[in-house]
Amino acid sequence: MQGLPLLSLAIWVPIVAGVAVLFTGGDRNAQAARVVALIGAVLGFAVTVPLYTGFDLLQAGFQFGELKPWIETFNINYHLGIDGISLLLILLNSFTTILVVVAAWEVIQTRVAQYLAAFLVLSGLMNGVFSALDAMLFYVFFEATLIPMFVIIGVWGGPNRVYAAMKFFLYTLLGSLLSLVALIVLYNAAGGSFAFLDLYAVQLPMILQVLVFIAFFMAFAVKVPMWPVHTWLPDAHVEAPTGGSVVLAAIMLKLGGYGFLRLSLPIVPDASLYLAPVVIGLSLIAVVYIGLVALVQTDMKKLIAYSSISHMGFVTLGIFLFNAQGVEGAIIQMISHGFVSGALFLCVGVLYDRMHSRQIADYGGVANRMPVFAALFMLFAMANAGLPGTSGFVGEFLVIMGAVKVNFWYAFAAAITLIFGAAYTLWMYKRVMFGAVANSHVAGLKDINVREFLILGVLAVLVLVMGVWPQPFAEVLHVSVSELLAHVSYSKLPVQ
Amino acid sequence: MTEMQKLYLLVPLAPLAGAIIAGLFGWAIGRRAAHVVTILGMVVCLAASFLVYRDVMAGNVFNGPVYTWLASGNIRFEIGFLIDPLSATMMMVVSFVSLMVHIYTIGYMADDPGYQRFFSYISLFTFSMLMLVMSNNFLQLFFGWEAVGLVSYLLIGFWYNRPTAIYANLKAFLVNRVGDFGFLLGIALVLMYFGTLDYAAVFANAGRLAANTVELFPGVEWSLITVICILLFIGAMGKSAQFPLHVWLPDSMEGPTPISALIHAATMVTAGIFMVARMSPLFELSEAALSFVLFIGAITAFFMALIATVQYDIKRVVAYSTLSQLGYMTMALGASAYSAAIFHLFTHAFFKAVLFLGAGSVIIAMHHQQDMRKMGGLAKYMPITYLTVLIGAIANAGLPPFAGFFSKETIVEALKHATVPGAGFAYALAVAGVFVGGFYSFRLVFYAFHGKERFADPHDPDVRAADAEAAAAGHHDDHGHDEHDDHHGEAHKPHESPWVVTFPLLMLAIPSVAAGWLIGGFVYGNYFGSSITVNPAHTAMAVMAQNFHGVIGMMSHALGTLPFWLAVAGAATAWFLYIIRPELPGRLRRQWGVAVTILMEKYGLDRFNDWFFAGGARALGTGLWKGGDVALIDNAMVNGSARLVGWFAAVVRHVQSGYIYHYAFAMIIGVLLLLTLAYSG
Repeated sequence: MQGLPLLSLAIWVPIVAGVAVLFTGGDRNAQAARVVALIGAVLGFAVTVPLYTGFDLLQAGFQFGELKPWIETFNINYHLGIDGISLLLILLNSFTTILVVVAAWEVIQTRVAQYLAAFLVLSGLMNGVFSALDAMLFYVFFEATLIPMFVIIGVWGGPNRVYAAMKFFLYTLLGSLLSLVALIVLYNAAGGSFAFLDLYAVQLPMILQVLVFIAFFMAFAVKVPMWPVHTWLPDAHVEAPTGGSVVLAAIMLKLGGYGFLRLSLPIVPDASLYLAPVVIGLSLIAVVYIGLVALVQTDMKKLIAYSSISHMGFVTLGIFLFNAQGVEGAIIQMISHGFVSGALFLCVGVLYDRMHSRQIADYGGVANRMPVFAALFMLFAMANAGLPGTSGFVGEFLVIMGAVKVNFWYAFAAAITLIFGAAYTLWMYKRVMFGAVANSHVAGLKDINVREFLILGVLAVLVLVMGVWPQPFAEVLHVSVSELLAHVSYSKLPVQ
Repeated sequence: MTEMQKLYLLVPLAPLAGAIIAGLFGWAIGRRAAHVVTILGMVVCLAASFLVYRDVMAGNVFNGPVYTWLASGNIRFEIGFLIDPLSATMMMVVSFVSLMVHIYTIGYMADDPGYQRFFSYISLFTFSMLMLVMSNNFLQLFFGWEAVGLVSYLLIGFWYNRPTAIYANLKAFLVNRVGDFGFLLGIALVLMYFGTLDYAAVFANAGRLAANTVELFPGVEWSLITVICILLFIGAMGKSAQFPLHVWLPDSMEGPTPISALIHAATMVTAGIFMVARMSPLFELSEAALSFVLFIGAITAFFMALIATVQYDIKRVVAYSTLSQLGYMTMALGASAYSAAIFHLFTHAFFKAVLFLGAGSVIIAMHHQQDMRKMGGLAKYMPITYLTVLIGAIANAGLPPFAGFFSKETIVEALKHATVPGAGFAYALAVAGVFVGGFYSFRLVFYAFHGKERFADPHDPDVRAADAEAAAAGHHDDHGHDEHDDHHGEAHKPHESPWVVTFPLLMLAIPSVAAGWLIGGFVYGNYFGSSITVNPAHTAMAVMAQNFHGVIGMMSHALGTLPFWLAVAGAATAWFLYIIRPELPGRLRRQWGVAVTILMEKYGLDRFNDWFFAGGARALGTGLWKGGDVALIDNAMVNGSARLVGWFAAVVRHVQSGYIYHYAFAMIIGVLLLLTLAYSG
């Protein structure tokens, strides 16, 4: 397997499959589109598996490297490689793509080929983000992911999709424009290179570091999203089709967290340390403030969207603690959040497909009619509430353990999620699933079918396995995280 | 792995296997197979626990890992077992009571459509509880801690169509989460200062850190150990329902009665007591933490007992009695009488399970009526239930020679000898509580089992009051306590429950009578060995050990002490009020209207919590959402550039949405191609 350009395959197999799906034609051939898309998604995941099995746990630096010149005039290269952090995100991304294709099977009936193609292309592009080792390549992939998601929301979304899609697009595009400027500054400082490894060696005075940090921060904070630049996410989720919400929550938000880890921390460590209290403050606001806002939502998708923001607060909090528990906790939280929020959006999708409503008030007593679904939904709700034994606990636990070392009150504020997370998740579950059958629509509900069961079942197994035995997920991180922390611990201020 | 280590694994895994089979495949294997497989799991579990217990008592303590859950930085989080006298005792209690409750459930849940699910849950609970008590580290303790909370949540809300049940289970989970919030912070501080979560390593280094202080607020130095212990104890206050986090336990009675016995009396609620005893090497280093524990326990023991005296719902009487007894255990912990606390936990598990299961037997006989005003004179119809409940009540009241006497008396004595600040206050409340305990225990017996057969007389003033109250509360006659309201009518005479119900009652009644006689070795001997540490300065138990001259001596000594006579006086008062002058309680209630209202309102805590915490959080959330997200961020800032958005939107709207797709892809591919062509080569 070593001979194969695995990372290129991880990027281009889904994209090529996406293009192939487009060629299946209109909706009369929808079934062909689905089959081709599924094959593409499975192949796309299959090529990433050797990345895990062949990953060297002890080797520092980037593995599976590929280097080809792309735009030689500017010394821009098609340079790929991964460490443990990117590895997990690539696996998560490629795996989620299969789920999304299967989840769309009977649900999407219009422009099926385009819908599936958009997800496949998006999947390839995001693998590109996670494996790029050239900043310009990273930037191109990072921006390119906007387009398929914009299309997914704008075409297959709900009634207010245009507003939501534009808000999403402008927010994230404007956020990332400044980072292009920052990259050009760094390119010059590095003597004409966009290679991450060269950028990591750049020394910058503090003022410039702070400016670069802020430019990156704008891009990544919007993506995560952090308070107060989060308001695009609830709208985007509410309007997006189920698959769009799943990919948005499970993968796209992680581009922000990944950006902090790959760019901000190692390139401008002094500014990162200097501004860490600010970032931590914003993260804790996300955990507490957004937790309260989630509590009073009346729309299930909006509630889960706010819950996502609150959980992503743990990611940014963990990253800026600069200790092993914090950073590893943040990465594990990203993976777990991929499973859990993806599953929750799929659960809402299951209900929406039957009832065509996301309003909590339209439901009640669903457990009476959909007991199998109720059991799975309960598991994901508990995972969202951070119950030990589910994946949702692992990241939050590690981040809290990391936070207390830095400041007791950071841990105190973060731990409030134990109460708020349970409150908003289980209160929603109670109103939707428990109680007597609320109305004739609920009375007519049918339990999940085999396809839905398989999707949710696979996620349930992952949530449990990761909760009971997170070590296989964590062990690929150790070397990468300690290397990252080593970068942060050396000042990059120019020696006078 | 040695044979013994395989047994350790078998203890929790047998119930887990039962839970998985009954839970995932219950629909396929049917009701009978579901209870057979879970009960089989429990039998294996009990047998294995017994072998382990015997081995431990022969001196073989085990402490070792099972697998590495997670390694992060230089810290390894392990899943592992610590099998010592403390955990082995808990394993015996948990697996024995659980097996009895499994058997009982066959009868109690016979008509329930969720039969398999119920068996799956109680086996899952047993697994979680065993993992909790067998843990050798804080992390796994927290795992078990939260897992029993989960199962408690699922079981309180087992009848999920009932608004009261799903209110109660959410409340239980959230109140427990408040406790867990403190608990987790305590664990975080342990990890930070000790660098490990392994009990043995933490306890070994506790003395070294005893002098450390932490500055949580600028300028205020607190002892590190005190802060850790109080945070951990906040967790115990949630799980073991101590004031003011006790509010979930009475409402948990919405769950089916077998779990009230198993989870909300015998085992789960004692997890906090167990935890503090396990942490004795830490608590013994902090007088302040012990005082805090003592104070909270005293408040709970006395004031919750008072509420029990005015309740009509038979399960709620037992529930408040449980709160009070947990308060006694907590007081014992605060007085450094850990062995007494665990001994009371041990005896209480039996006699409280008897009381709950006996109440359940009554509830079946009364066709799911729980209001004691509609009972009376049941003794002759259900002799076995009566006998066992009577035994439970005597034990609960703390009268010799039954089990509760020995354990409660020891706690009261320990409080008398305790030197920790606040011991006098706790002693006074504990002694006063003995009277109240005698009263409410016998009130239950006399009111439900003796006197007039009110269930046969719909015109009895008590019955009419109960009906009026139920109607006002919007319930119908049967109080809604089962899925199936078998309306056999009031004319049917109540009759004794089937053997699957009475057998567990008898099996639990035996230790309720006899377990107290183990006190010599259990409390005063070296039973717990190294699993409990007592600071030599805390002399109460040492003094008592010297004064202890066997159970007979203890009983004869008690005859000359105040607590014994107070318990007798409590029982006599109940006899006078409910047998001799049954018209008096109603009159007294009217005369003491304000006091009764305060007790019926549970000191107003529920109302306050609903208004302040639940209402406050919702109001704050709405304010932040509408004021922050919508008004400030979206309208003022984002849509301030709304013209831009509007312009874009207008453009987009003109384009047929189907074509956006092509545009977008043309765009990205175009950009990539242009870049490549323009600059490469």
